[in-house]
Amino acid sequence: MAPTHLIDPHAHFHWQASRLDFARYNASRLQAGDVIGIDCHVASILGTWGQHSPTYFASPADVSAGNEAMYAIAAAQPARVKSYVHVNPNHTDHALREIERGVERGAIGVKLSASRRADDPLLDPIADEAGRRGLPVLHHIWQHRQRDWGMQEASDALELARLAARHPRTNFILAHIGGGGDWAHSIDVLRDVPNIYPDTSGSGVDRGMLDAWLAALGPQRLLWAADLTLCTGLAKLRALEVIGVSADDLDDICWRNAVRIFPPNSFGFS
Amino acid sequence: MTTIRFPVDVSAWIGAYPFRELPHPDASVLVRVLEREGIGQAWVGSLPSAWHRDPGPSNAWLYAELQPHAGILFPSPTVRPDWPGWERMLDDAVTSRAPSVRLYPMQLGFAGTAALLGSVARACGERGLVVQLTVRFEDLRQRHPMDSAPDLTAAHIRSIVRADPRVCVIVSGAGRDLIEETHWSLTPEEQRRCYWDWAWVWGPPEDHFAHLVSAIGGERFVFGGYWPLRLIQAPVATFSLAQSFLPGLTTSSGANVSAAARAAAGV
Repeated sequence: MAPTHLIDPHAHFHWQASRLDFARYNASRLQAGDVIGIDCHVASILGTWGQHSPTYFASPADVSAGNEAMYAIAAAQPARVKSYVHVNPNHTDHALREIERGVERGAIGVKLSASRRADDPLLDPIADEAGRRGLPVLHHIWQHRQRDWGMQEASDALELARLAARHPRTNFILAHIGGGGDWAHSIDVLRDVPNIYPDTSGSGVDRGMLDAWLAALGPQRLLWAADLTLCTGLAKLRALEVIGVSADDLDDICWRNAVRIFPPNSFGFS
Repeated sequence: MTTIRFPVDVSAWIGAYPFRELPHPDASVLVRVLEREGIGQAWVGSLPSAWHRDPGPSNAWLYAELQPHAGILFPSPTVRPDWPGWERMLDDAVTSRAPSVRLYPMQLGFAGTAALLGSVARACGERGLVVQLTVRFEDLRQRHPMDSAPDLTAAHIRSIVRADPRVCVIVSGAGRDLIEETHWSLTPEEQRRCYWDWAWVWGPPEDHFAHLVSAIGGERFVFGGYWPLRLIQAPVATFSLAQSFLPGLTTSSGANVSAAARAAAGV
């Protein structure tokens, strides 16, 4: 049983300023995506990925340049690749200008990494603007962050939930439930926060994780995704089938939920 | 009948995990999972024994649990080399047709230079038992505060591999960095006795697994599923995606490692 379509709403690409083998990396994502059956990668580039300014605290110049590189990749294959506009909320005016520019260049969502705690008021204008434009906000999350870690100001589900409560018209994607930290903690945070959609990405493939999320939130809240590891994305896709998810629910998780929260007609199917 | 994709899963456990609930970590369920995934056999450890002071009772439980599934599930008991009479655990393992024993130096607090590591290597090499090491059970970022053992280091692996020319080692749960650090710090003869599973190695787009196969050879890898902690589909998926980059990709298997260990011991 395979889903009718497959959208990866948490993908990344590289460019010449972020790693020497960027072309190999990007080609590998697309080739593996084809093997898995991914119809569309919704992707971002986080500045220079640490080459000129830190990945999670990218300078405005790196943010803009990375976004530009992302738009070029998407423009070269518009059905197969869509863009997020990545912003650093510490530079509010720049972030808002980038969102405007990004939408003009075809971006269909906003990507927030770990530049500022999610419940900080500095994120409000960005969340508000995203909601006004109907763009979902993909937010990097450390599941149950119990201390600060270097080179990032990571948020956990509690902090994202506070932001989401202040912006009920905006849809948020909680990044990578398998991306590090205690995913069980995030489940109990998100049960009653309807405008946050967890994505399944991350290298973590704990048994019981998908079952627990589905039992708590149901198939209309979960988004299949891969992030940095398409291998674990494929594993989760196969696991969803094994744990008894119906064909209809699998379609929700794999593409219909994404179609619902991204702007209308973002994808070539609905 | 499912086609056999991998003859042996060397990295399976049964039993409860102290830090979170695992869905039905039982031998009978594992047998069904192996059949579903096309895996012929599994080498199975007792998961809770990694944290037990005396692994003896847990090993006895393991033998009893696996006995109804003999021929499919093979015991891989835990050895604690600072416990009185620990060599008897190895003799029991041989009697019980165990291909390997599990050693958890980080959970026991052993330094990478601990003499006890060499003692285990020599005792296992003498008996034709493969030594199995586990880098981690969970990602460092999600561990319970009481789960304070750090990840296995290359120094620990080197100490064991170098201690006896007869010993064969399988390391489960390593990533690219640890595999490369260890492999290239061993002589060619030592490298040939050190094997890895790829359960925690990244596939595309980073392609760490394809890189490692190209750099150190597919024969250095054996299948390990990490059941019941992780989705067994993950290493299967990594392998199948790597095949699209490396047509004709092949790896070794636990059976080959066990045969090499027994041949070296002359048993």
